[in-house]
Amino acid sequence: MSLLSLRGLHIQFGHQVAVDGMDLDLEPGRMLALVGESGSGKSLTALSILDLLPDSATWKADSVTFEGEDLLQLNDKQKRALRGGRIGMIFQEPLTALNPLHTVEKQISESLFVHQGMSHAQARKRCLELLEQVELPASDDMLKRYPHQLSGGQRQRVMIAMALANNPQVLIADEPTTALDVTVQETILTLIKRLQTELGLSILLISHDLGVVGRFADDIIVMHNGKRVEAGPTRTVLTEPQQEYTRHLLDSEPQGRMPALPEDTAVLLEATDIDVAFKGKRTRLLAPAPVFQAVDRISLTVHKGETLGVVGESGSGKSTLALALLRLIASKGSITLDGTAIHTLSQGQLRPWRRRMQVVFQDPFGSLNPRMTVGQAIAEGLAVHEPALSREERDTRVSALLDEVGLPQQARHRYPHEFSGGQRQRIAIARALILQPDLLILDEPTSALDRSVQFQILELLKSLQQRHQLSYLFISHDLKVIRAICHRVMVMKDGQVVEQGDVEAIFDAPQQAYTRKLINAAFAGD
Amino acid sequence: MPLLKITNPVWARQWQAFRSNRRGYWSLWVFLVLFVMSLGAELVANEKPLLVSFDGDWYVPVFNSYPETTFGGFFESEANYRDPVVKELINEKGWMIWPPIAFSYNTINYDLDVPAPAPPSSENWLGTDDQGRDILAGLLYGFRISVLFGLMLTILSSIVGILVGAVQGYYGGKLDLFGQRFIEIWSSMPTLFLIIIISSFVVPSFWSLLVIMLLFSWMTLVDLVRAEFLRCRNMDYVRSAKAMGVRAPVIMFRHMLPNAMVATLTFLPFILNAAVVTLTSLDFIGFGLPPDAPSLGRLVGQGKANLHAPWIGISVFTTLTIMLTLLVFIGEAIRDAFDTRKFLQ
Repeated sequence: MSLLSLRGLHIQFGHQVAVDGMDLDLEPGRMLALVGESGSGKSLTALSILDLLPDSATWKADSVTFEGEDLLQLNDKQKRALRGGRIGMIFQEPLTALNPLHTVEKQISESLFVHQGMSHAQARKRCLELLEQVELPASDDMLKRYPHQLSGGQRQRVMIAMALANNPQVLIADEPTTALDVTVQETILTLIKRLQTELGLSILLISHDLGVVGRFADDIIVMHNGKRVEAGPTRTVLTEPQQEYTRHLLDSEPQGRMPALPEDTAVLLEATDIDVAFKGKRTRLLAPAPVFQAVDRISLTVHKGETLGVVGESGSGKSTLALALLRLIASKGSITLDGTAIHTLSQGQLRPWRRRMQVVFQDPFGSLNPRMTVGQAIAEGLAVHEPALSREERDTRVSALLDEVGLPQQARHRYPHEFSGGQRQRIAIARALILQPDLLILDEPTSALDRSVQFQILELLKSLQQRHQLSYLFISHDLKVIRAICHRVMVMKDGQVVEQGDVEAIFDAPQQAYTRKLINAAFAGD
Repeated sequence: MPLLKITNPVWARQWQAFRSNRRGYWSLWVFLVLFVMSLGAELVANEKPLLVSFDGDWYVPVFNSYPETTFGGFFESEANYRDPVVKELINEKGWMIWPPIAFSYNTINYDLDVPAPAPPSSENWLGTDDQGRDILAGLLYGFRISVLFGLMLTILSSIVGILVGAVQGYYGGKLDLFGQRFIEIWSSMPTLFLIIIISSFVVPSFWSLLVIMLLFSWMTLVDLVRAEFLRCRNMDYVRSAKAMGVRAPVIMFRHMLPNAMVATLTFLPFILNAAVVTLTSLDFIGFGLPPDAPSLGRLVGQGKANLHAPWIGISVFTTLTIMLTLLVFIGEAIRDAFDTRKFLQ
């Protein structure tokens, strides 16, 4: 008999069906993973168990039972007792899920007061116990900290401690590691797995990443478009997938490597000793402002038709480096593009050179102006660099480019909000390519996308590179992607280069301990 | 029936949201009707007839000036159509069509049965002030000048405010720092006193008053626009445009201003309100528009000076209340229509 069971769940937003006939069974002491791409309805399914769906959703279910008790019959008070009591929940983004004005102690003990009516002394003792359980230093100093004084991983541990406070039987973890760096991801998942066995918890883990889930979950349910596609023990699902969609998910892991370039390829971009420093806030009046070195003496070269990968965890300075190379922020050091030193040019003199290096950013929602049609957005560069072009010629160029990035012609007259994340990223690529640049700086172009969409974008980038002899500077934290698309790779940490070399060399025989740690975390399951 | 076809889907949705707020939507219509009527005040309230037919010829005294001799009178000066003699001359050989209110804002009614201020009657619908001038005509012309003054001040101060805010927000750094300090000092000046002092050596007129008030009213929007630009300058689409070599003014105008327009439009009705109230209070204390201009503020003053004639105070109070309330209702509806959180749910 399963601990938690859900039958015939149906969720709708207006006329749009989000979840359609979902069944779920969580067995005691096991970890069940709910896997699917964004929009598949996996988070909504989990939220419906605790009746936490947004007001705009209408939902019904044949039955929701927890330990044989029918949850649909509960009144509000009983539901509240369940939430954070017998069923704990962890959210994706620990920074927004924690109240920024409360200390760690206050965050954790809040539910202890509510559910168990503990005294302050008792609650404090329990908090320290919990901190120990989630492998944080169980000290007064830790209890007094505010969320902004914690790292991403620590915040997620505090969230877990909060969820565990009332000895729940079930823990629902909604993408608990998506917002974290690879190496931290690994430790958090190991912690959750340890808690599962030590405390005999049942865990419902929601994730979009089959690779991560495969190593930790006991059972898997694959969701697609609000429906359950496939379910079973992890090993069976991963090794003998029955459904086309599951196979598609498994195959969309980036694979393959780029063939090496000939030795004598010409250099396109050469940057030497790039330095970017940000001034901090003065602590005292007249005291010198503290300086934060975001990029510290970095040199790099990109050859024609080559992809240089820049990899590092968040805060390593890789995006800042990209902005410095584009001369969008002030930096020291020299930048040479195709034999011309561009770091000495004024912004006006730089303008003709701008068309030769373009940029694509990470967030497909922030990188397009919501008030411009796709056609206007793509054609914007032409107005600057080829103002003599007639309207018809401009339209032809835009149409040709839409074809090239695999978007329909009607897209020209529509607005960005009508497109999915992957399509928006294609639009952003088209906008960068309209000027026929030699170098494209790609700042995490695939990080906000689902694996299978990521795969398509990578294929697109590869084919564009072959056709136009493009050079890429590819920034990513995802080593799998880097390995699949780059010729050479540069590993960054705290603004400095840890290691750089050919992809083969770095991935097969990393020299530095930090590189090894990154690679191990990323390829742990393979 | 769509009045005009809105093609931009964002605007269409906002217009839809605005219309769904019935109160704001009807307020807009009522206000527009009143405003259009006051723009044509000369056709509604005038001491000259709209049309005269005399001796087989047509005359339009509202637009043209005719000497009294045209109608067989004695004087070379413009005919006074309210003069019984002139009336008689015209009616002998033709007829006249009068506007609904046969007074202009400064027409003195010499035929009152009671000493001025006269109470409401069939001739003076809302009564007269203590000079014998028609209240309704005064309200109509006063409403027009108030709204026109308010609109001009709002538009001009918005343009200045948006420009300053945009430049400060886009460039940031020292420019922003000094700009903000200057605004803090400038905005802490007591505006009303300064206007009183300045108007003691500049003869107040519509335009000089507009300039003086503009000096102090452009700051309302600066903070809003600046904040919006500070936020926008780090958006990826602005960075992309910069990386493409698009010039700063173009980026500001095409990519950032439309985002700041939401906050700006939301504030406009309230700025308009503030401008109307300031003008009224200046007129009330006697430092506003020149004495011969129609003004709501002077009517408020009349109401205060003639408490035994309550129709003056009540009429002008009601007019001001209705005007300001309509503007607030419209403003609220616009604010809600632009609130993305509301209509995206």
